[in-house]
Order: sequence, then C-alpha cells, then structure tokens
Amino acid sequence: MDPVAQIGQIRKKSLADSAILSRAVVDSFRKLNPRTMVKNPVMFVVGVGAALTTIQLGWNVLHHAGGFSFGLQITLWLWFTVLFANFAEAMAEGRGKAQADTLRKSRAETEAHRLRTDGSVEVVASSKLRSGDIVVVSAGDFIPGDGEVIEGVASVDESAITGESAPVIRESGGDRSAVTGGTRVLSDEIKVRITSNPGETFLDRMIKLVEGASRQKTPNEIALNILLAGLTIIFLLAVVTLQPFAIYSGAPQSIFVLVSLLVCLIPTTIGGLLSAIGIAGMDRMIQRNVIAMSGRAVEASGDVDVLLLDKTGTITLGNRAATQFFPAPGVEEAYLADAAQLSSLADETPEGRSIVVLAKERYHLRGRDLSTHAATFIPFSAQTRMSGVDLDGRSIRKGALEAISRLTSNHGNGIPAELQVCVREISNAGGTPLLVAESGRVLGAIALTDIVKGGMKERFDHLRAMGIRTMMITGDNPLTAAAIARQAGVDDFLAEAKPEDKMALIKREQAKGKLVAMTGDGTNDAPALAQADVGVAMNTGTQAAKEAGNMVDLDSNPTKLIEIVEIGKQLLITRGALTTFSVANDVAKYFAIIPAMFAGAFPVLDVLNVMHLHTPESAILSAVIFNALIIIALIPLALRGVRYRPLGAAALLQRNLLIYGVGGIIAPFIGIKFIDVFLTYLRVV
Amino acid sequence: MTANGWFQIGLYLVVIVLITKPMGVFMTRVFNREKTFLDPIFRPIEKLIYRLTGVDEKREMRWTEYAVAMLLFSGVSMAVLYVIERTQKWLPLNPQKFANVDPALAFGTAASFTTNTNWQAYSGESTMSYFTQMAGLAYHNFVSAAVGIVLAIVVIRGIARKETDKLGNFWVDTTRCLLWVLLPICVVGSLVFVSQGVVQNLKPYTTVQLIEPHTVQVTGTDSKTTTQTVTQQVIAQGPVASQEVIKEFGTNGGGFFGANSAHPFENPTPFSNFFQMVLIFAIPSGLTYTLGRMTGSQRHGWAVWAAMAFLFLVGVTTVYWAEAKGNPLLAGTDQHASASQSGGNMEGKEVRFGIANSTLFATATTDASCGAVNSQHDSFTPIGGMVPLINIMLGEVVFGGVGAGLYGIFVFVVLAVFIAGLMVGRTPEYLGKKIESYDVKMAMLAVLILTFTILTFSAVSVVKPYGTSSISNPGPHGLSQILYAYVSSTGNNGSALGGLNVNTMWYNTTTAVAQLLGRFFMIIPVLAIAGSLAKKKIVPASAGTFPVTGGLFSGLLVSTILIVGALTFFPALSLGPILEHLLMNAGKVF
Repeated sequence: MDPVAQIGQIRKKSLADSAILSRAVVDSFRKLNPRTMVKNPVMFVVGVGAALTTIQLGWNVLHHAGGFSFGLQITLWLWFTVLFANFAEAMAEGRGKAQADTLRKSRAETEAHRLRTDGSVEVVASSKLRSGDIVVVSAGDFIPGDGEVIEGVASVDESAITGESAPVIRESGGDRSAVTGGTRVLSDEIKVRITSNPGETFLDRMIKLVEGASRQKTPNEIALNILLAGLTIIFLLAVVTLQPFAIYSGAPQSIFVLVSLLVCLIPTTIGGLLSAIGIAGMDRMIQRNVIAMSGRAVEASGDVDVLLLDKTGTITLGNRAATQFFPAPGVEEAYLADAAQLSSLADETPEGRSIVVLAKERYHLRGRDLSTHAATFIPFSAQTRMSGVDLDGRSIRKGALEAISRLTSNHGNGIPAELQVCVREISNAGGTPLLVAESGRVLGAIALTDIVKGGMKERFDHLRAMGIRTMMITGDNPLTAAAIARQAGVDDFLAEAKPEDKMALIKREQAKGKLVAMTGDGTNDAPALAQADVGVAMNTGTQAAKEAGNMVDLDSNPTKLIEIVEIGKQLLITRGALTTFSVANDVAKYFAIIPAMFAGAFPVLDVLNVMHLHTPESAILSAVIFNALIIIALIPLALRGVRYRPLGAAALLQRNLLIYGVGGIIAPFIGIKFIDVFLTYLRVV
Repeated sequence: MTANGWFQIGLYLVVIVLITKPMGVFMTRVFNREKTFLDPIFRPIEKLIYRLTGVDEKREMRWTEYAVAMLLFSGVSMAVLYVIERTQKWLPLNPQKFANVDPALAFGTAASFTTNTNWQAYSGESTMSYFTQMAGLAYHNFVSAAVGIVLAIVVIRGIARKETDKLGNFWVDTTRCLLWVLLPICVVGSLVFVSQGVVQNLKPYTTVQLIEPHTVQVTGTDSKTTTQTVTQQVIAQGPVASQEVIKEFGTNGGGFFGANSAHPFENPTPFSNFFQMVLIFAIPSGLTYTLGRMTGSQRHGWAVWAAMAFLFLVGVTTVYWAEAKGNPLLAGTDQHASASQSGGNMEGKEVRFGIANSTLFATATTDASCGAVNSQHDSFTPIGGMVPLINIMLGEVVFGGVGAGLYGIFVFVVLAVFIAGLMVGRTPEYLGKKIESYDVKMAMLAVLILTFTILTFSAVSVVKPYGTSSISNPGPHGLSQILYAYVSSTGNNGSALGGLNVNTMWYNTTTAVAQLLGRFFMIIPVLAIAGSLAKKKIVPASAGTFPVTGGLFSGLLVSTILIVGALTFFPALSLGPILEHLLMNAGKVF
C-alpha cells in the first residue's frame, strides 16, 4: 500500500483498532518498569502497594495463614489497576506510534543530486546533506530534505505529510518556496537550498511529536501532578495513621485492607489517565492535520483571549466578487450588465470573472466568443487605471471612480449625482465600486464585495460566548474594514494594517495580560508568529513562517485556528473534569471501606454501610474493583476528550460540576453496589 | 431547640452582617494608608515609633523579607515571654507570690501565645502573676493578632497588585494594625465589659467566709479519701476587663481564669456574652470585605463570606440540635426546654447561657481560631463535640482567626480554583492571576503540614503510654480528646476538649511544636503564594473567565473545604466521635 493511503487509514482508525489494541496490551506490561512508573507518583504508590500485598500474600501462603482468596483477589486487582493505567497511556500513544511508522518509511534513505560549486552534479545520500547545500530535484524524485526552492517551479506531492493527495505548486521566490523532505516532485525540475541538518528535519520533528518521544509535561500538567502528588501524600498520612487509631480502638487492620483503602482514596482515576489525556490532545490536533510543536502550545491555545484573523482567506473568501449592478439614470440595468460582461470577457482576474458570472446569472447573458467580431481588448494599465474592450465601434471601459470620471470629463460628460451617491454607499458598505462607461458616457456601477465565508458569524458568536475576542486584520481602509467587520460579526478590526502593525498589536494585547493567537504564511508574518502565544503557520507558507510559529496547519486553512482553540480548551476541561470526578469518587469509597474495616469490632458502625454491602470482604473488594474498572471505563472519554460546548465560563462550570462533581459522588455508590451484588452472586467472597 | 434560641443565633448573624462592611472599609483605609478619623491621635505616635526604631515607612518588602521580619519579631517576642514566665517571682505585680513557671509549661505557653493559639495547660489565677498576664500574655494577645491580620493583608495585596515583588512593610503594617485597629476597640470594649461587671484591679485575691460551709471528699496524694469542711473561699481577681476584649477581638482565647468565659468575672451577663461572640467574628468577617474592596471585586468578598456563613450555620445548627436533644441515656428525665430549665444536655454548661448561647459560642470560637470557651466542650454530646473538632480540622476557615482565617481559606480558594478552573477550559485564574504549579505546590504544602502535624502526633499519642496515660475517658472519647488536643494546637485554636491532662512533658512539648508548625509553616507557603501572585500580570476578565463570585463559587468553595477536610479526617472521626455517638445510642458510654 502506498504511504498516502496508509496515513489516511491511520487517521481514520477507530479507538478499538486491533493492531493498536494488542500493541497497547504489550506496552502496558512493559511500562511496569519502576523507572517508568516513578514518573507518575500516584500510580507508583499503587504499584508499591500492590508489591506489598504480593509479599504479604506470599508470607501468608508460607505460614498457612487464612484469607488467601481475599488477599489474592485484592492483590490481583491492585496489579490490574496499575496495568489499566499503563494501558490507557499505551492506547493514547498507539495511534501516534502507528503514524510515526508510516512517516519513517517516507524518511527512508534517498539519493540526492547535490550541485558542486563548479556546477557539476554529484550523487550523495540524503543523510549526508547539510544546511546550505543545493540539490537538483527532477520529476519523480523525492525531495531529500527540507529547503527552499531557489530556481524553477514544480508540482509536488505532499501527501506523505498532509494526507492531501492533490499536488501543490512550489516555486522560487514568494511565499510558496518551502519544500519538505520526503515529499515527491511530480513534474518539472527545481533547485532546492537545503535548510536543515539530518535529524532536524520537519519530518523528524513530526515523527518525534506523533510518537510522543519528545513529549514534555506542560505547565498545567505539572501543576496538576503536584496537586495529585500532594493529595496522595495526604491520603498516605491518613491511612498510615489510621492503623495506630485502629490499634488503640482494638481493631487493627491487615495490610490488604490498608493498601486497598489507600489505593481507593488516592486519585488513581486521573493519575492513570493524565498522560493519556495529554497525548490524546496532541493526537486530536494531528487528526485535524495540525502539527503542534509542543504540548505547551496546545495548552496555550485553550487560554487564548484574542484571535487575530486575516480578513482575506480567513473571514472572507479569497477574492471579491460582483454582487450587484447599479445603472445610471436612464440606462437599463440589462444594458449595463451586457456592457459590463463584454468588458470583462477577457479579464482573467477573479473579479472580472465574477462580473461575467453575475451578468449570466441575472440576465442569462452568455459568454460570447468575440473572435468573430473585431474586438480589441484593452488590458488594465497603471496609467489609465482602466480596462475594457473596443468592438463594433463601441468603446467600453471599466475602472475606479476617479479613472472613469477623468474619462467622461474628457468627453464633456459628468457623473450623475445619483450614481455618485450610489458609489459612496457601496464603499460605505465595504464594497468596491467599479464604474462602467461606454464611449465617454457612464452607464452605471458594479459593486464588488467581499464574500464572508458561510457560518463565520455563528463561530464568532461562539467565540464571544467563550470570552474570546476576534480581531480582523486587513489592508483595507477603515471604512471598508468596518463594514466587513460588522457583516462578519468580529469584535474589532485593524485597518490599513502593515506587518509591523500586527506585531505592535500583539505586543499591546500581551501587555494587557492577554494571550494572542494568529495565523500567517508569509516571511513578513514570521516575527508576529513568533511573538504570538499561539502562532499557526500555513504549510504552504515560507520556511521562515513555519519556523516561527508553534503550530503548522498542513491543510493551510486559516479558519482552523478556531478549532485549535477548541481542542486546547477541551484538553484542559478533560483534565479538570476527571480530576474532579476522581476526588468526588472518594466519598463513596469511604462509605464502603470504613464500615467494612471496623464493623467487626464495632457492629454499631454498620450504619455507615449505607450501600448495604454484603460482607466486609466484598465491600472492600468491590471498592477496589470499581476503582480499577473506572480507569478502563473512562479511557474513551480521556482519548476523545470531554465534549466541548461554546458556553460562557459560568455555564460551563455549572454544567461540568454537575456532571463530574455531583456525578462523581453518585456514580461509585451505584457502581460499588452493583459489583458487590455481582461478587455475591459469583460467591467469590 | 427554642424560638428564643434561634432568634439569638439569627440576631448574632445579622449583627455580624452589619459590622462586616464598616470593619472591612476601615481596615482597607488603615492598610492602604488612607485618611481615617483616628489619624490626629495615632499619626504622631506612629511617626514617633518609626523615628525611635529607625523604620523607613516608605520602604516596602519582598515576601521573603516580610517573612524574615515576621519570624524575627515572633521569635524575639516568644523569648521575652519565656523569660518573663521563668522570672516572675522576682518581677513586680505578683501579689499572690506565684513561683516561676516550670520550663516545659513556660515554653508551651510562650509558643502558644506567640502563635495566637492560647492553649493553656494551666489556670491563670493560680499560675501567672499580674505582670506575666499583662506584660507577657496580653502583649502577645495584641501582637500575635496583629501579625495574623497583616499577613492576611499581604495575601490580599498579592492578589490585588500586579507585576511587583513588593508587598508592604511588616513593621509599618503591624504598627498601624495595633494602633488603628486593635487598640481603640480594646479601650472602648474594656469599659463596656467593666459596665457589665467584669473586674479590673491589681489587688491580691480576697478571702471570704462562706455563709454556708460545706463538706467535700478530698483524695490525698496517698490515695486516701478524707472529708474536709470548706469554710473559706479565695476569690481570684485582677486586671481582667483589659484582657477580655483582645482575648476575643484578636481571636486569642487565653482566659485570665482557667474557666475562661464561663467565669462570671470574665463573662458575667448575656450581653457581655453576646458582645464577646461579636468580637470574635468582627475582624475575620470584616477582612472578607477588605478582600473584596482591595481586589476590586466586592462580590468575590461576599462570595467568600457566604461560604463561611454557610459552614457556620451548618455547624451551629448541628451542635444546637445535638445539645438541645439531650442525652438519650437519660430517657426517664425531663430534658425538654421550659420556662424553668434550658433542657437538653446541660452538663458543663453555664445556666445563665443555656443551650443556644453555649453552642453558638462553641461554634464561633472554633470556627474562628479563638479558643475562648463559655462551656466545657468535653461534656458535649459526641456529635455536639465533633462539630467544634471538625471546625478546627477544616483549617479554621469559617471566618477563622484574625487574618489566619482569610489566608487559610485563601489556600482552599487556590485549590478550588485550580481543580475546577480547568473545567472552564482555561489555565485556572483567580481574580486575573493565573494559578500555576508553584502556587499549587505551596498551597498543597500548607495543607500537608497541617495534616501531617495533627495525624502524626495523634497517632503516636494513642499508642504510646505517655500519650494514653493523660486520657480521662477510655474508648472513642479518649481518641477524641487526643485528636482535639493536636487539632486545636495545630489549628492555633487553643480550646481544649478538657479531660485530657496536657500539663505533661510530652503534651507540653508536642502541642507547642504543633502550634509552631501550624502557625509558621502555614504562613510561609501562604506568603510565598502571595509573593508569586503579586509578580503576575492580571488577565482582564471576560466571559470565559472562571467566576469567583456568586453562589456557584461559594458552593464550590464549601465543597472543596468539606471534601478535603472530610476525606483527610473521616477515618479518625469514625473511630472517635462517630463511634462514640453510635455506642451512646446503643447504651454504652465512656
């Protein structure tokens, strides 16, 4: 199977894919290595507890002490708890590893045609290339390393990285000069200056990222780990000191019971799933074809306060389009449309084409083949600032207000007042007015307007509800910018923006304590991308832009910034929700275990056994089993993330507290009772 | 439970609500060094103090400097008290000719008063000279309270300020707190107490002939019981009124007499009793308003207040219910409230206060880390006695000690915001300050130190003979007694579950260590958080910001306090008061 199809397959693989599953099972045993375990303090304590009960079990067997079945079951379930947590992490890593394998194939050693200084070509292995080398890549060759096209133009298959099978154009100069090692030239020949050393290429970094090899704990994750470690120590203290209290009360406890209580109390649910949540967050980015250079960037995207969005291509469709004809007094609209279409037939710009289309839609005017007529097309020139056509004695011109008014005044005509008002209105509404004149007499105006992409207003409303301000960046004049901003529903805009303005704006917002996210592709975006807290570079962009940003969008879709923010938030919410759930669970576990521990010595304490668990042994075992199974049960949630809803913080908090806080208190009561009934039915205790 | 009882509890809460804003506004002005009506009197004195001590009042400190100044000040003050106790025999104002206090007790008492605990392993009227009471103990009542308050102010400044490492000047804050906040009310309050009959003199104790001599059984050192006829009574007295106000107003709790606020010379009338309870909550409640005012989010201040008020109401309702219900083992006795009796469990309670005012006092004194008592907590029913215990276990954050309550609840706010804050999809923020790993680490450290101290000392005490030999009642009540001792010491409360003989080498030393750990090892991490927060930028609030106002936040805060507290101490409680309660219902008492 070719790598492209493979990547596509992996991206679509479900959570329960058997290959990933079996690999994860093996990995969960491999992760029992104490040196790996110690990185996760909560699960390490469970591991030590399980080891302790194992030793005690062995001692009991040697000394023919009773209670073997109970001790064995507790010990087994404690080990399961550790394994389940390892399994969760292995599952999260699984998809990344499969993806990395495929990417590694693309990285396989290729031959490079390196240019010597004298102009001759030598063949070297791609791994020998150094930054600054110049290579020639012909049709059918793999590009041997990351670099910049310095000569020529070629169509390149980048599917190995982007998963997108349609080839892209790469050419020297401009913003589409960057090429990535491991992609393949389909046609033509290009000269590439290599910009990275072996092992540091984009592909290398991507492999490390999807594999999780270079994964470092993010700031929030570190803070959360400290909290979990702290809670673990508190519960360790509570359980260790419980034994003296129990001895004082004349009811000392066995090591099985004490370890069970400890493991049930410490936050194993979140402790077991924490790293899986982080890996899955990165993975969700990758599924959306966004490569985040660090987990920190993913996390920061949840904190973003301001989104800087370029108008063109992000908020509006790339080009303006004709949307309406405004005839001058005494001119038929159809006549204006006809003249406008004629003048635009040879105009290959998107605006020109949109005029032809509009005339066709409104008046069924078909594009005509003008070769039979004696038609002369007048292309746009900087001097006249007009374009048009001369045919059959008609001289049709279209252009901006100043150009056409100059033309008509040469013929002694003026622009009718009504039309002037109309032109101003078009401008005020954010459009660009184009005037059409025939033989020195103005026929009317065409309104070219920015087309706001569908659904943008709703998305901005969502963002606003989330407390995120959107800001449109445009080179348009303030009047036009204001009109589009209003139409698109953004909160603010920066008009007549130059690249350095963007930079200043980011710094200004950051000084106010806000986090800023932006997208960019050009070299002149690079400083701003680097300055922004979340800088998403387009894959079609220049190498400089890709280096500066902390994420690369392989689809080069600037609107994706909004999804990135949502993924970041989802990651944080999932962590918070499972932490809350984990801590809330403890209430029920106390009510299961404490009466079970002491009801023997003090039967009155059985009133605390609110779940009416069958026997002390089944109560303790049920709590331990619930504690282990809940990790498995929550793996899908950890990997998928808590469903994110664009709500205000207060509403979101209320909702999540209700589900994961209150739910976290109630769920184990039901779960433990159910397991107890089941265990009693099986007669295992 | 009676309508009159509920009315008094309700009236108390209303008065607390009413004084919260004035107290809060006044303290804000004092610590922001804004104009107050007391400036003409105190400003010259303040300036003179700085001139004499060479304090530069303009110079602000980093948190570490602030901590060092505070520790130095407390250390020196503690040493001075120790020396006074050890030399009181040779010092003036000792009409009863009390001997020097023995080293373990002197050390314990010095630690206890320095840490605002006021745990007393002695009876004042038979141990401490007037000089020790006034120059040693009362001095600490003022300064330990001032230290607590200024630390709370530093925490508030840490939240309110941005991008600075300066948090104020310890000497200036403490001086202003003493002069503006504590002294004036103590002067006025003392006169109020005198008007109620609280004594204030420096006379030797008066010996009076009993009108009705009576006989008592006395067990001598040789364990032989003899019958003696008592014809005389020694009436202890002294400068009580001047000590009484700061005892409550500074949430100190160390009584002039061993019987504390149950003694008629300390707390003679229902009004004096009410006034004492109001004094206990005055500053802690006012500080929540100061928090709101200084951070610019008055609604946050009230949200914190509401969380405290909720926990207070739950507590007082539970104790009141438990005590009013009476003792189930006295089923044949009339325990109903009537015109002629208070009803309920009156053991260890003053008849002039009755059930409602005894339980209200017990709740208030343990919610705040006051420790003054007007009834014997040891004689409460198991559940009634468990509530004061839990109040202290929760960290005394229900209004809490002066300052200590606010910085204590601040730790829980940090934890609540961090755990739940993630659920809004942002890095947790508290009033615009991001809560990061350093802050979480310090908050956890503060919680850990309290837990560690309480549980470790208690665990050792229940299995070692030098611990268990002090217990007066075996079984679960004995466990409660030991737990209460360390909970009260670590929480710097100072009230005791009586019964336990704490004037032993083991208890004097360990409770003192617990008090010092509970005070200073709590303060240092809290100061560190304040320092870390002050350095941060303030993220402007938006619709996506975690809300720290309103009922949702108050509820979250209450749940965090309850869950952290309950989860930590539930096992110990289940073997102590809960078991005792269940056994009592089953007919077994200790």
